[in-house]
Amino acid sequence: MNQTLDSSRLATGSQANAQQTGANLGHPQIVRGITRATLRKDLRLEWRSKDAINSMLFFSLLVVVVFSFSFDPSAEESRQIAGGLVWVAFLFAAVVALNQTWARELRNQVLDAYRVSPAPPNSLFIAKVLGNFIFVSVLEALMTPLFIMFYRLRALGPAWPLLLVAAFGTWALVVNGTFFAAMSIRTRSREIMLPLLLFPISIPALLAMVQATTSILNGEGARFWIVLLVTYDVVFTTTCLLLFETVLNAE
Amino acid sequence: MFWLLETRGSKLETKLMKRAFPILGVLTAILLIYALSIALNPVVHIFGLTLNGAPTEQTMGNVQRIFYYHVPSAWTAFLLFFINFVASIQYLARANPKTDRMVCYVVVAIGVVVFAASFFIPLPAGMRPSAVGTTGLLFTGLYFLVRTLFSHADTDVLAAVTAEVGVVFCLIVLVTGPIWARPVWGIWWAPGDIRLTSTLVLWLIYVSYLVLRRFSASGQTPHLAAALAVLGALCVPFVYLSIWFFRTQHPQPVMGGGGSIDPLMLHVLLMNWLAFSCFAFLVCWSRYRLEKLQREVDEAHALRSLNDDPRTAR
Repeated sequence: MNQTLDSSRLATGSQANAQQTGANLGHPQIVRGITRATLRKDLRLEWRSKDAINSMLFFSLLVVVVFSFSFDPSAEESRQIAGGLVWVAFLFAAVVALNQTWARELRNQVLDAYRVSPAPPNSLFIAKVLGNFIFVSVLEALMTPLFIMFYRLRALGPAWPLLLVAAFGTWALVVNGTFFAAMSIRTRSREIMLPLLLFPISIPALLAMVQATTSILNGEGARFWIVLLVTYDVVFTTTCLLLFETVLNAE
Repeated sequence: MFWLLETRGSKLETKLMKRAFPILGVLTAILLIYALSIALNPVVHIFGLTLNGAPTEQTMGNVQRIFYYHVPSAWTAFLLFFINFVASIQYLARANPKTDRMVCYVVVAIGVVVFAASFFIPLPAGMRPSAVGTTGLLFTGLYFLVRTLFSHADTDVLAAVTAEVGVVFCLIVLVTGPIWARPVWGIWWAPGDIRLTSTLVLWLIYVSYLVLRRFSASGQTPHLAAALAVLGALCVPFVYLSIWFFRTQHPQPVMGGGGSIDPLMLHVLLMNWLAFSCFAFLVCWSRYRLEKLQREVDEAHALRSLNDDPRTAR
């Protein structure tokens, strides 16, 4: 539990430092410092408990197995459906991790401590997003070989653009997901609220990811979809950063 | 008319609601009946008068007449969601005078830039410059209209009410669409179609908005809901863009698109839209009043439980 308190303690500490040195709390160095401390704490917690990554891995493994039983596709068919399958599996698995990010901070009122500390809310948000991005990326790296094995996937053209799609797509899911997870822990029936809020808003990003993956696997260009995904990322990251303070301090 | 309701518990408000509401209700009912009759019949005879209704469509026949309910509901729903977006921005911005001023400048800038851009920048096929320019002006105009008519706390009530009524109208669109599509296209639903999907996603977003409103603690609801409404509204252009490159089976839009329409049909359509807008306005008005009263009652309950001495409580 001591580690859970790290970030809020650091936030208060940095305020004391700031007052001593007369520095501004919105100073990029302080923002970066708090972000780094929160991220390090989250990663360490995850490294020791492995709660999120284990549940995500097992969940998406189940999805792969169940889908491969229920469809039993040929190589040609699986190339058509794989894009949708992979991303839906990752989306569902990400929800499992996203639900835990803020619930972890509720114990010992860490989130309240953070709210009363003068630390900028956005540095907390960025740290959480980066943490989730790392978790989901690790999940994707581990699960992709399994998908390739089970569905006999082979791209007809160059496959490297899939890395871009994965990076931008994961970012889109994780930014919105972290934001809506912060929203849903403030409601009744927390775990159910997140998918209800996240899925409708993620539809354009999901569509772009699925279409891009399918066209890359079929050896076609996916430039339009990647550009759309990047635009979506930029717009929603900016808006989430602008609105996060409202959600954190909503009372 | 809403600003008269702001003075809470005033006699004027009660009077206005008592007097004006039934009169407007009767007028709207007459308008709805008139619009329905000219939408259903090519020629209408009332009181010895002969009115020209909507002519029967050549290829689709009478099935096409559902159009006079489908399109006005869609316009009304979009307008209500637009008001919800504007009210939500204001709820967030007006909490702080500095952000309020900044957002006002941004809104004016958006209006001017969109209006100017519609004349100078070549638009994609199927978008008319006049429609894009009007949308830009409508956004700015609506923003300042809402800003003058509603106080900061009331923008939240307005957002809740418009989302609720908008979801109902959007549902009408989603139900009448497939009823028309089945005989004309041969399928109930065209998956991946630009207009169908964007309307469905819009409906889903606002349903999740209503769910959030229902499930959050009352003190936090306005902030969380406003944040969700802004994100949800930002999502709509993306849906529209992402499906832009799909084929669409949907007929071209009548207003601001490439579609053309018989003048008599347009008359009937606009009549129906007028009737639907009046109806939506009345529903919103009564719902708005109900919501305000509900909040007053809640406040009074909270106040009484604070004032009550626990030792003398029953």
